[in-house]
Amino acid sequence: MDAPEKRSDGLNEAPYVFPKWTNRIPGLVPPAFVLGLAAIVFVIWFWFSPKHTEVGYAPKQPVPYSHKLHVGELGLDCRYCHTAVEKGPIASVPSAETCMNCHTVIKHDSELLAPVREAFQTGKPIEWVRVHRVADYAYFSHAQHVNKGVGCVECHGRVDQMEVVRVTQPLSMDWCLECHRDPAPYLRPKDQVTNMAWEPEGDRRAIGEQLMQAYHVQPPTDCAGCHR
Amino acid sequence: MSAPSIATTKIPIPPTPPDEKLVTGGLTFSDVTNLVSQVTEQKTPRNWYLAFAFSLALLGVFGVSVLWLLWEGTGVWGLQQPVGWAWDITNFVFWVGIGHAGTLISAILFLFRQKWRTSVNRAAEAMTIFAVICALMFPGLHVGRIWMAYYLFPLPNQMGMWPNFRSPLLWDVFAVGTYFTVSLLFWYVGLVPDLATLRDRAKTRTRALVYGLLSLGWRGSMRHWINYEKAYLILAGISTPLVLSVHTIVSFDFATSVIPGWHTTIFPPYFVAGAIFSGFAMVVSLMVITRQVFGFKDLVTLDHLEKMNKIILLTGTMVGYAYAMEFFIAWYSGSLYERYAFINRAFGPYAWAYWTMITCNVISPQFFWFRKFRRSIPVMFVLSIVVNIGMWFERFVIIVTSLHRDYLPGSWGYFMPTIWDIGLFVGSFGLFFTLFVLFLRFLPVIAVSEVKGVMPEADPHHHAHEEVEEKAPLRTAEAS
Repeated sequence: MDAPEKRSDGLNEAPYVFPKWTNRIPGLVPPAFVLGLAAIVFVIWFWFSPKHTEVGYAPKQPVPYSHKLHVGELGLDCRYCHTAVEKGPIASVPSAETCMNCHTVIKHDSELLAPVREAFQTGKPIEWVRVHRVADYAYFSHAQHVNKGVGCVECHGRVDQMEVVRVTQPLSMDWCLECHRDPAPYLRPKDQVTNMAWEPEGDRRAIGEQLMQAYHVQPPTDCAGCHR
Repeated sequence: MSAPSIATTKIPIPPTPPDEKLVTGGLTFSDVTNLVSQVTEQKTPRNWYLAFAFSLALLGVFGVSVLWLLWEGTGVWGLQQPVGWAWDITNFVFWVGIGHAGTLISAILFLFRQKWRTSVNRAAEAMTIFAVICALMFPGLHVGRIWMAYYLFPLPNQMGMWPNFRSPLLWDVFAVGTYFTVSLLFWYVGLVPDLATLRDRAKTRTRALVYGLLSLGWRGSMRHWINYEKAYLILAGISTPLVLSVHTIVSFDFATSVIPGWHTTIFPPYFVAGAIFSGFAMVVSLMVITRQVFGFKDLVTLDHLEKMNKIILLTGTMVGYAYAMEFFIAWYSGSLYERYAFINRAFGPYAWAYWTMITCNVISPQFFWFRKFRRSIPVMFVLSIVVNIGMWFERFVIIVTSLHRDYLPGSWGYFMPTIWDIGLFVGSFGLFFTLFVLFLRFLPVIAVSEVKGVMPEADPHHHAHEEVEEKAPLRTAEAS
């Protein structure tokens, strides 16, 4: 090659286009690339995950109904209000009449219960804000799960300890499949389904495997199982 | 090179035959540099603008076809049961096939020390990259909902779902993706010394900056050259199996299915031969125009073109053999469905496409048995285009004729393209030509440093030492 400073064709007398410090750039490219890639992976893995976007959602309700008080302290069974949970896909939110069973007598003039009384009188339901939402294209039936020994607490967390109901599980497809692929550790005897504080006696997996036999638990993992 | 013990042994090495001269016209090193570099340095010729405008117009057709497809869905195409794959996949295989010549020329011919590759490899590799870009459009677009195209990749996701690793469609993603990446790297590594030449010749600050940035601080030092040669050799080694693997896996898209007409073990070699066939035809088409327009007749000589025509003849004949073998196996297998598929292919409703394919792919390259035709620019230009028409029809015939007759006559159909099928295909040439025309204007079209390497001046002539010294001791000076 020609010596860079003297060229016979006299084309470019100063061949160095970039200042000397730019020599350091090539060494920085690989670590910058790796760090950049790691940053992108982290951002998507952490902030785009349903564990971040779904969990912790606790909307303000029109009536400050406390599950902690009613379930945890007074001991109401889930099914007292969520009457359809064993019969159909939707657990059902109680009508104002259900509330008024007690609240005609207890705290019948509470300011906080005014929307309940209004709904009871006008027949126009209270507009509760939905907390747990599964995508429309995923078919989910409460009855199918509750009647096969999946406890309320598995998906909804310790509602009996919540002042305001809050999402505790990601409700993502991966999360559904985790149990559908291996249901044993998530099962309990049917009579303990609504018991928030149930603890297995012995190995949970062994109990679950017995229950799988007893209840014929065969959760689908094909697409059409949920996306009908 | 030689060990001391055999240093005294005289190893007879045949002298280079006179017709092996790869650069004609008595060009010197600086002539080659000037000839190639000035293409990027002169004022933009009016014809370039015409070519660019034409390419952009076609690219516009592509854009409109894509937008309408995305807006309306794949229903705008002529797809209907039972033909669920038609022009989309035909075009994909067509473009991937064309993309095979670049790597064959750059990698396999490099490893085999075929020196004539140097004057066509740059353009052929560029063509490969642009063809693979065109090819990648089609699998991406044929999913319809392009915003879901990331499903093609095995990315961890909140659905807990993975692509089917047993599916050749996923292998395709990897095969074509790898091919594109390696081809791009190979092309770029080869470009670096030439980009540095353009940088050194730069008369404006912008050119110096852009080419300076792209040439990665290349100074042409001995160490640079050693590293460059090593990198180039390694990339050639990596690329070589890819020439065979990519189209093998593309052929698996069909061969691993159980559809008569697709379920054929001959597909991998047959597809690879066809890909090289169409790729070389495309290189010939493009180089004939390029050498004419830019005056590279001494760099891309008739000898070069003749060699490529020989490869076209060879691979075309291999493809013809595969067509015959498919029919033989259909008969020999004893499978009714297989027999029907092939008889229907040649004499059914798509017979017109089948015989177009046979005429273009099997009959037309036979002209290249004759030296006169191999060295005739008009003949090779026409035949190279005919070959690519034939190769497009080959993929169409394989895909559509195998699908259009389902097992039940109630599910038979006949595929007709819509205007949007045609628009997307024609438009993909716009994408290809736009990229190629930009390449012709802004990058060295011929690998300057490599061409210099195969010129006699670069050959120190260690063999026949005494003879050369006596007769022409200053061969370099003589040639320049």
